[in-house]
Amino acid sequence: MKEELIIAGFGGQGVLSTGKILAYSGVMQDYEVSWLPSYGPEMRGGTANVTVVVSDTPVSSPIVQMYDTAIILNQQSMDKFEARVKPGGVLIYDTNGITHHPTRKDIEIYTIDATAEAARQGNARIFNMLILGGYLKVRPVVTMENVYKGLKKSLPERAWKTLPANEAAIIRGGEIIRKVE
Amino acid sequence: MEEVRLMKGNEVIAEAAIRCGADAYFGYPITPQSEVMETLMERQPWLSTGMVVVQAESEVAAINMIYGGAGCGKKVITSSSSPGVSLMSEGMSYIAGAELPCVIVNVSRGGPGLGTIQPSQADYFQACKGGAHGDFKLIVLAPASVQEMHDFVFDAFELAFKYHNPVMILSDGVIGQMMEKVILADQHPRLTDEEIAERYGSWALTGKPASRSRNVITSLDLDPYEQEKFNQKLVAKYKEVEANEVRYEEYLTEDADYLIVAFGSSARICKKSVELAREQGHKVGLLRPITLFPFPTQRIAELAGQVKGILVAELNAGQMVEDVRLSVEGKVPVAHYGRMGGAVYSPDEVTDALIEKIINRK
Repeated sequence: MKEELIIAGFGGQGVLSTGKILAYSGVMQDYEVSWLPSYGPEMRGGTANVTVVVSDTPVSSPIVQMYDTAIILNQQSMDKFEARVKPGGVLIYDTNGITHHPTRKDIEIYTIDATAEAARQGNARIFNMLILGGYLKVRPVVTMENVYKGLKKSLPERAWKTLPANEAAIIRGGEIIRKVE
Repeated sequence: MEEVRLMKGNEVIAEAAIRCGADAYFGYPITPQSEVMETLMERQPWLSTGMVVVQAESEVAAINMIYGGAGCGKKVITSSSSPGVSLMSEGMSYIAGAELPCVIVNVSRGGPGLGTIQPSQADYFQACKGGAHGDFKLIVLAPASVQEMHDFVFDAFELAFKYHNPVMILSDGVIGQMMEKVILADQHPRLTDEEIAERYGSWALTGKPASRSRNVITSLDLDPYEQEKFNQKLVAKYKEVEANEVRYEEYLTEDADYLIVAFGSSARICKKSVELAREQGHKVGLLRPITLFPFPTQRIAELAGQVKGILVAELNAGQMVEDVRLSVEGKVPVAHYGRMGGAVYSPDEVTDALIEKIINRK
């Protein structure tokens, strides 16, 4: 098993922390993981992305050219990363703010209206957990049990009171993701 | 007990410094290594081990605090990134000239000048060829994983005290910013002055007791013949380092027809390049120098007798390739492939370069 993934969007959407939770979930499942963030001027200017590799063998390169899965959360990232999904791979995106939708026919494309769902629930902070839940529905690379453990590991103790809400959002994310036919 | 955590390379440098029983960290923030001091400040080791953490007013001040701490026989460590390391280079020459132990971490970025904050390996020459005035060398370790960021802090202090010489951990923005699994060592106690003297000799300025003659720490000798004697002593020391401390890792070299030589983060990328090349039917292996000084000259010379050509992949304009060519002595073609300015190659780019520059070479 090897999953090479990019999560790309705006700073503040929880891009880096979503990747960290997934990486920690991989650790809980005894997988090898790497988590490599963009830390450069792009982050300071607004967009952020993180490459996560989860594998049952040691991770050779943490730098990835073509991804098994891309989770795209803004238009700039769509423009940059749609072409970098492996043929047969998966592209997941939130339609909010996307004007040019993906056009590739050789990959599986899913939409998840996480911005709208978070707004409906009146809690913007669950946005990235909806995304994570949607992703795990499509690509169950780690068990839910280990995701919950990874979530707990990556949060500081003072934030553990938010665990039930986050777990509920992960489940909800799995319900609202839709395949684009 | 072994403790597995998911941590950034930079955070691990801080954690390893505390756990190996360092006495002090002096530094000044700079991207992409600011998490080193941020982690230390959060951990507040002065409350647990008594380790001192100081944000100096500049890199120049930080390296001279290191000089002072090292002169007192303390385990002292600093970290910076390329432009900051340049500011420290005068101090490094003095520390080498005074034969003092310390650990300097360079989480390097693109240059020259302020350059960029993205990862680069353009400081190879600076790290390995002295990097400041005078005939001196740093011992240089190049970690390729977060785990090695941890382990090499321990190794670096051992080497520094064994040879009374500054040791550099030459990392870059990839390894510094990346999170991986890491197993942290147990807390080691800080050593007392007496323990330092017992293990590594009595050279430090710890207050002269009646039982020994005075220790003098200086990098100045106005008598050229005395200075030359000192230079010869350094030369002999570096020869000893070369004889004893060479470290490297090999990957699939046993049956290799072609070889990639790469260090640090680049070696991680090139591991995958090797796999991609093998999927295309080319028998390719990787040699990763772990110590950049001393350099694995002899092993590369041996492999040059086995392979038909060598590609040196590094995130610079061509630096380590010179040491590989000196090792190979013209026996087989040696080519360089690099990206610069903070751009990082992907594994397939390196495989393509190997095929174009070495395998299909006319």
